[in-house]
Amino acid sequence: MTVLTQRVPAGHYRFRHVARMEWIKLRTLRSTWWTLAITAAGGAVMAVAIGLNTISRNADLTNNVLAGVIPGLLLIGVLGVLVITSEYTSGLIRATLAAAPRRPLLLAAKAGVFGAMALTAGEAAAFLAFFAGGAAFRHGLSAPALSQPGVLRAVLLGGASYCLIGLLGLGLGAIIRHTAAAIAVLVAGVYLIGLIIGAAAHAVAAYLPIFIIGNSLTTTRPEQCAGAGQCLHFLSAWAGLGVLSLYAAVALAIGGWLLVRRDA
Amino acid sequence: MIEVRDLTKRYGSTLAVDALSFDVRPGMVTGFLGPNGSGKSTTMRLILGLDAPDAGEARIGGRRYRDLRWPLREAGALLEAKAFHPGRSAHAHLHALAASNGIDRRRVDEVLDLVGLAGAARKRAGKFSLGMAQRLGIAVALLGDPPVLLLDEPVNGLDPAGIHWIRDLLKSLAGQGRAVFVSSHLISEIALLAEHLVVIGQGQLLADTSVAELSAGAASLEDAFLRLTGASTQYGRYPAGLTQRKEGPS
Repeated sequence: MTVLTQRVPAGHYRFRHVARMEWIKLRTLRSTWWTLAITAAGGAVMAVAIGLNTISRNADLTNNVLAGVIPGLLLIGVLGVLVITSEYTSGLIRATLAAAPRRPLLLAAKAGVFGAMALTAGEAAAFLAFFAGGAAFRHGLSAPALSQPGVLRAVLLGGASYCLIGLLGLGLGAIIRHTAAAIAVLVAGVYLIGLIIGAAAHAVAAYLPIFIIGNSLTTTRPEQCAGAGQCLHFLSAWAGLGVLSLYAAVALAIGGWLLVRRDA
Repeated sequence: MIEVRDLTKRYGSTLAVDALSFDVRPGMVTGFLGPNGSGKSTTMRLILGLDAPDAGEARIGGRRYRDLRWPLREAGALLEAKAFHPGRSAHAHLHALAASNGIDRRRVDEVLDLVGLAGAARKRAGKFSLGMAQRLGIAVALLGDPPVLLLDEPVNGLDPAGIHWIRDLLKSLAGQGRAVFVSSHLISEIALLAEHLVVIGQGQLLADTSVAELSAGAASLEDAFLRLTGASTQYGRYPAGLTQRKEGPS
């Protein structure tokens, strides 16, 4: 019997190795690029439509055109869900865990790589929507400039909200593991419950993802009054960013804990 | 070298693997035999750390799987044929896994050549036949050129030429000094491949022996296997129900 010489190199696999794997996985699926392209294009089209139909001179014009990001958030959130649930659907998760058995490291690599991609795509989409919507204003309205107070912040945080909703999706995917169920929870949590509770209980509305994005992150004026006695006190932009980050972090932490505990 | 010690796994009230202990030694093919549902796949999953055991442990080269430094370079595994995303190409699938263990990209083309998928490497793997999917799974197992190989039913879906090919491949890998652990429910297939046998039934060890020893006292290896596993299969005899009714009090 010949004895096999050990050719295993020194050291061990690290975050950067697992992150490279996750990056190759993401970029080699055509659906990734389609989703990002549709997200950016959809945001721009919405922003143009809003721009063309904005009449009020008193409106927060930046906030108006950035409303175009809201539908695209759903696509990024779904993409985040699929980053992990598609591995359970296909059985790939077993090959992935055989290659990288340290599970918290794996989820961290997925979050790091997907989060970076979602942030890049989100910023591109937010700036695209901002300029496309601004160019579409009529009725004697002039487009807001990035140099005006709060405008650059609103656009940047609008882009960041894609990343945070994407990571929330990834965390929910890790917890739930089934694509359809995870997407349902994401949509319910971000959109539907937001709208229902928002209408019923104004006190908690400020803490719901959809209102944080619409009224804290993407606005130049976080407090809005719809009329006398109808003032809603929304979180400041930075407080909103913190709360939304906390949601994503909690979902990822629970997802990571379950990933370690459960059989694959 | 794989060392399995008192490995136990329970799913609800079912004892899938029951205090299983055996070694898989380097330099030979060890066949892992048992009827359907006897716990072969569960044992493989426990060795790979995919499922957590309720008791006992498995070590590869002295370490638990999750403590391996470069898992794909230390153990290669084929568990299920279609463990890949259908939208990704075979090349992309292997390239991603190679990156996770710092394996050179050139190795991807090497293993694709080795399993005969070089021509289909850039196509969506979702279009692969079961045989091609199985070859891709074998390419994954060989990616890190590991000293230990675990293959769950590797001949599934392969045509006769493919079965012949994998038999020669596994024998030559063992000849190079690797520990090769191959499960099958086909005794005839294992007889042509393995030197050593680990036989289980209902999660318990029934035999840990050489092929020669097992077949020594029986007319054939198949007879020996059936006698060994007879108590752990649930097949009824076709006329059994009828006969019993006749024998009952009238």
